[in-house]
Amino acid sequence: MNLQLSRRYRFSASHRLHSEQLGEEENWRVYGKCNNPYGHGHNYVVEVAVSGPVNPETGMIANLADLDAFVERAVIEPFDHKYLNEEIAEFRASVPTTENVCIEIFNRLSRFPQARLERVRVEETGSNSFEYLGEPAGATHE
Amino acid sequence: MVYLTRKIEFSASHLYHNPAFSAEENRRVFGKCNNPHGHGHNYVLEVTVAGEPDPATGMVLDLKELKEILQREVTDRMDHRFLNYEVPELAGQIPTCENIAAVIWRLLEPKITRGRLNRVRLYETPDLFVDCYGDDNGAGNGTSVGARAPSKGAR
Repeated sequence: MNLQLSRRYRFSASHRLHSEQLGEEENWRVYGKCNNPYGHGHNYVVEVAVSGPVNPETGMIANLADLDAFVERAVIEPFDHKYLNEEIAEFRASVPTTENVCIEIFNRLSRFPQARLERVRVEETGSNSFEYLGEPAGATHE
Repeated sequence: MVYLTRKIEFSASHLYHNPAFSAEENRRVFGKCNNPHGHGHNYVLEVTVAGEPDPATGMVLDLKELKEILQREVTDRMDHRFLNYEVPELAGQIPTCENIAAVIWRLLEPKITRGRLNRVRLYETPDLFVDCYGDDNGAGNGTSVGARAPSKGAR
């Protein structure tokens, strides 16, 4: 039986959308108010889907205590109440759009040992969300 | 192809206990879900059927028919029940969200004769849900041998 277990987590953080590759005027044109030099914040929701065989002894794909602890350590603790641009090393080199936040979270969670990571969906607000399923087998992601 | 989804809710109680484990091991693996008196949830079930709309009716299947199937197969069986003791389809299994979703798939799949059951999504809470897609990829099922869950704690 093909089953996926999904769990939702939350963190709050600030960011600023600003690309070093664009001039000041172009940054403003592309990112609008998200380019405000002081930054702004969101209540993010992270939906994590994992798959794998159901352990007949426990009835579980993965024990939620393990998944919760892994997500807490890999994502929530480092991201919650932080300024993503400055406090997450990966976003010194890339713009912390929710696309890039979603990919970064996927990469961190792909090391979860007890089940296969299928999908990460990040809601930046109740009205927009982003999903990343990893790269197709054989492809590499920078 | 059109995907049609209908949502229902049911409330039920359960507990997690494996008779092959010691009392201490049951507590360690299942945490507070091992409380022998059980506990309950408001489950939300989303059932998705895929198909082409019938040119005469414009429908993949009649929603009224799907509603009756869900009432008969799921609500009548599981609503306001203690899942461990009152649902024979779950006998001998730990009634986790994974196993309940798989049971619901097996109950619904043969009953849906217009269109094809595409997905069963079962929410145990708003922050925890399981998607079941049937056997299409040959992945493991509730009887397959998996690595033993190594952890402590609750879900």
